[in-house]
Amino acid sequence: MMSPVETQAIEATTSSKPLLAVQELTRAFGGLVAVRDVSFDVYPGEVYGLIGPNGAGKTTVINMLSGLLPPTGGTITFRGQRIDRMPAHRIAALGLSRTYQNIRLFGAMSVLQNVVVGQHARMRASLAERLVFSPRVRREEEAARRRALTLLEEAGLASLASQPASALAYGNQRRLELARALASGPHLLLLDEPAAGMNAAESQALGTRLRTLAEGGLSLLVVEHDVSLVMSLCDRIGVLNFGNLIAEGTPTEIARDPQVIEAYLGSDE
Amino acid sequence: MSEFYNANSFLISLVGINAIMALSIYITLSCAMLSLSNAASMAIGAYTAALLTQQLAWALWPAVVAGALMSGLVALVLGLPIMRLSGVFLAIATLGFGEVIRIAIVNIDALGGSEGFRLNSGDRTIEASGWEVYGVLLLIAYFFSRLKGSRMSLALQAIREDENAARTMGINVTFYKVAAYVTGAIVAGIAGALYAHLRSFISPGDFGFQRAVDVLVFAVVGGTLAWRGAIMGAVLMTLLPEAIRVVPIVGGFNIKDQPEIFSGVILLAVILFLPNGLLTVALSLNRIRRPARKVIGHKEASP
Repeated sequence: MMSPVETQAIEATTSSKPLLAVQELTRAFGGLVAVRDVSFDVYPGEVYGLIGPNGAGKTTVINMLSGLLPPTGGTITFRGQRIDRMPAHRIAALGLSRTYQNIRLFGAMSVLQNVVVGQHARMRASLAERLVFSPRVRREEEAARRRALTLLEEAGLASLASQPASALAYGNQRRLELARALASGPHLLLLDEPAAGMNAAESQALGTRLRTLAEGGLSLLVVEHDVSLVMSLCDRIGVLNFGNLIAEGTPTEIARDPQVIEAYLGSDE
Repeated sequence: MSEFYNANSFLISLVGINAIMALSIYITLSCAMLSLSNAASMAIGAYTAALLTQQLAWALWPAVVAGALMSGLVALVLGLPIMRLSGVFLAIATLGFGEVIRIAIVNIDALGGSEGFRLNSGDRTIEASGWEVYGVLLLIAYFFSRLKGSRMSLALQAIREDENAARTMGINVTFYKVAAYVTGAIVAGIAGALYAHLRSFISPGDFGFQRAVDVLVFAVVGGTLAWRGAIMGAVLMTLLPEAIRVVPIVGGFNIKDQPEIFSGVILLAVILFLPNGLLTVALSLNRIRRPARKVIGHKEASP
């Protein structure tokens, strides 16, 4: 079933401890079970893809991981700590960051301010110190501003720094959301359909950017419909269908898996 | 100059009090919380400070501080459970809180009940004047000017824009909402304590529904994008009823008896034509003068 090369590749990634361990994660909305007993691990530096047809429960999983939706069952462990009952802001401070399928920027705030807000959990200085013009506050704010500008330069948005975020074109809003998510210096980045609404060239550029981030040691969990992006980007892929994880493996294995093909295209019958 | 002040000293001080009240609601509005308990917080500050100076012979400033702290404490105890509410539900809960406070005062004889509480009836007089009011307003304005652009102010703005996105940016939304609510109550408590010693008479009717709405109108008319707007709104809406005294009586209808009508018309006009209140005017003037610069928020990016 598995070629020797692929087996080795998986062993290489699984030899270290997982950064994120999801076990029997379940979420029911009344009688409807949106996610049922889903288990998977994401290892440091790994790019893990989560795919599946519409309504399979992918966004529900992401919302539970980021703390916006409490699970009704199962556990989530991130960097050795249980986060399934932790408030969202503490999960973010632990180093788990995310973007949204439907972009959710702070529209009335400037592009630069959006990225500064992304650093909220890294900043320490209190308002009391600011009232007395403490130099520590000034240094911290200056550092946050410089870091935000660096991130905006990497995203190609530096020239738009003072614009309100809502004035940006769609593609730039996507880039800004990624820059904002990176601002906290996360260990794991959750990307909910980062290529939605992008053309082939844009999604290829996004793939290159994400690959660079992963090579820099950042772990990524990507929910995506763009098959070519997922196949070229991810180390491993999990497939959700009707809330169940029906397959997991390398891109080549997933592309050959009869269950996956059935879930996406329907069976012959 | 001093003659003008003597003739209008109460009105001039009232402008300052109302500006402080407008700032107290500005901070909750700045994170999209529609809280209407500012009048009640003002009452708590007023009665606490009045009792302390009159019954226990405290000096003015310790009493003002105690009134502010009492108001903040009540808001903290109340704030923790009601911060789960938002939008119209929060507005109704805080309005209910306001009524509870007002009715409680009506029924407490030690506070004078519905008759009101008279200060300085004995030989010892503790009063506040315009100097005290404007000194305090200056201090509070300083607080707001330092708040602007701070980590807390960015967090409040982010909460106003998108609460859940703010959560996943590491912002402790509940903490900041409670902090904003308590700060607003403290500021309103200060205004109340000063008001009591300015007027030397307070009654539950001073802190009822009408006051709660007036304070909201100050902030909305002024604009809620920046703290300066709240002050501008308070100044305009306090002086306007005085200005319309010059309007002649037409057909037996005396508009100066109905200043609420005037306020209502102004509020409607502002909502329809100036979505950011009086600030809209200030902001567009700024833009004409300095077209390249951003008006609100961070300094410009260096090239």
